[in-house]
Amino acid sequence: MGENKGRGWSLGLAGLLTPVTFWLGIFFVIPLLFILAYSFGTSGVYGGITLGFNPSNYLKVFDPLYLKIVGRTLLIATLNTLLCLALGYPLAYFIAFKGRRHRNALILMVMIPFWTSLLVRAYAWVVILGGNGIANKILQFLHLTDKPLNLIFTPQAVTMGLVYSYLPFMILPLYAALERFDTRLKEAAQDLGASRWHTFWRVTFPLSMPGVIAGSILVFIPSAGEFVIPDLLGGSRTVMVGNLIQQQFLNARDWAFGSALSIILAVLLIGAIMYYVRRVGTDQLEGG
Amino acid sequence: MGDSKGGPLSRGLGNLSDRALLLFTGFVYLFLYAPIFVLVFFSFNSSRSTQTWTGFSFKWYGALLQDQSVLKAFYTSLIVGVSSTVIATAIGTFTALALVRYNFRGKGFTDSIVYAATVMPEIVVGVSLLVFFVAASIPLGITTIIIAHVAFNISFVTIVVRARLSGMDRSIEEAAQDLGANPVNTFLRVTLPLILPGVMAGALLAFTLSFDDFVITFFVAGVGSSTLPLKIYSMIKFGVSPVINALSTVILVTTVIFIFGGSRIFMKKEEG
Repeated sequence: MGENKGRGWSLGLAGLLTPVTFWLGIFFVIPLLFILAYSFGTSGVYGGITLGFNPSNYLKVFDPLYLKIVGRTLLIATLNTLLCLALGYPLAYFIAFKGRRHRNALILMVMIPFWTSLLVRAYAWVVILGGNGIANKILQFLHLTDKPLNLIFTPQAVTMGLVYSYLPFMILPLYAALERFDTRLKEAAQDLGASRWHTFWRVTFPLSMPGVIAGSILVFIPSAGEFVIPDLLGGSRTVMVGNLIQQQFLNARDWAFGSALSIILAVLLIGAIMYYVRRVGTDQLEGG
Repeated sequence: MGDSKGGPLSRGLGNLSDRALLLFTGFVYLFLYAPIFVLVFFSFNSSRSTQTWTGFSFKWYGALLQDQSVLKAFYTSLIVGVSSTVIATAIGTFTALALVRYNFRGKGFTDSIVYAATVMPEIVVGVSLLVFFVAASIPLGITTIIIAHVAFNISFVTIVVRARLSGMDRSIEEAAQDLGANPVNTFLRVTLPLILPGVMAGALLAFTLSFDDFVITFFVAGVGSSTLPLKIYSMIKFGVSPVINALSTVILVTTVIFIFGGSRIFMKKEEG
């Protein structure tokens, strides 16, 4: 009987794992291996590709033109993460500690934009920042400018759109971390004579670090790979790596270079997550 | 600055830094909602302008209802959303069960693949699937969209269901088995009802992600089939118009209804 049961379990396990192995194996892992192979290939004139071991696609990234795009992407994504943290932390703090019985309603109000289509939210900014849009009307009303400024298709417009789109991704994990926070720790620090400022930086903030990390990853990763928002709000003048990849696959038909760019983006971003989690993780262990 | 010694919750909004915090919070909420309100407001504009108010009208909603391509895109999104949710929820639930209940060689690897699929930049997933489908001569269309959506949804369902499973008391299942229920019966009669809230939450997340996905769909859709986000994208590219505002408003209202409905259901579950 026991033997039978053992075999039954392993059969059960095989049954549970077959679908995921099949689906993620064929439609996630193998496609990634395809672009890895293509990234060392050579693109033909008519869009075909010859496999081989050709490192030139990777070397092409060091062309100042492309290096500038990579630099801009990292800069915009970092700026976006910091801005989301600066706007999101006080809000999450307010909901967690001052929200009282309105907490659920306040967090629901963050969820609504979070669940709303990203394209709808990007479109709102296309309208607002557009030639004769509300942003320009407000600026003119405040006499900050006398004729409409060129607001859309700038790095600032892209950053604005990104902050707007990704802010809820920062607030939700921050709130989750702060909500679990034991307020007696704050009281203890203050009873021992720490000022509120000190209490915040020495007690509250370090303990909310898991939320800060989770939020930063959730904001940084997709915004560094973003292509819709720079496409709609940045135009051809504020190209990010995502747009460059898209161009290689759809317009330029240089699939080898596009694949190399994709591999670089994936390695950079996943490497950044691992580094970040590990570094902040050990810092916390040392501090604790 | 007097450090009042009461608990932070009982302190109220009396002092200066609290008032500054309240003001800042209000500002952030304004930032989150003002663009949406502007969008909704101009969907009722009587002229073609999305910037200057000329009068109230429902005509852009009428134009929206007449637009066959929008309705078709909505229908495609619905088919893709439902089918990819059903498949991904089943596979994700199985995977979560395997990861929580069993120890096996390659568990760590399975785990990393599941997580890698959630953090991989969407554009990389999109182009790699495009390359794969073209190389395997699989014609792009609704089938490839569903395949791609299942691929990115499996991991999210797995993570959500897994969270529910790992907090579960196993003794009830053991009792069922001791009483002679076979594994399949135990799963259907005992385990599944217990993890159902997690499975439902996973399915809801999967459907939303599928319905909202633009980037991956953009690469695997081909020319023939268009989901709602692809349709909105091409409308924006074609030119700003109050019809897009009307469509956005409809999507917004639907989202809000879903969130309120969903939060009601889940909050009741939590209480019960």
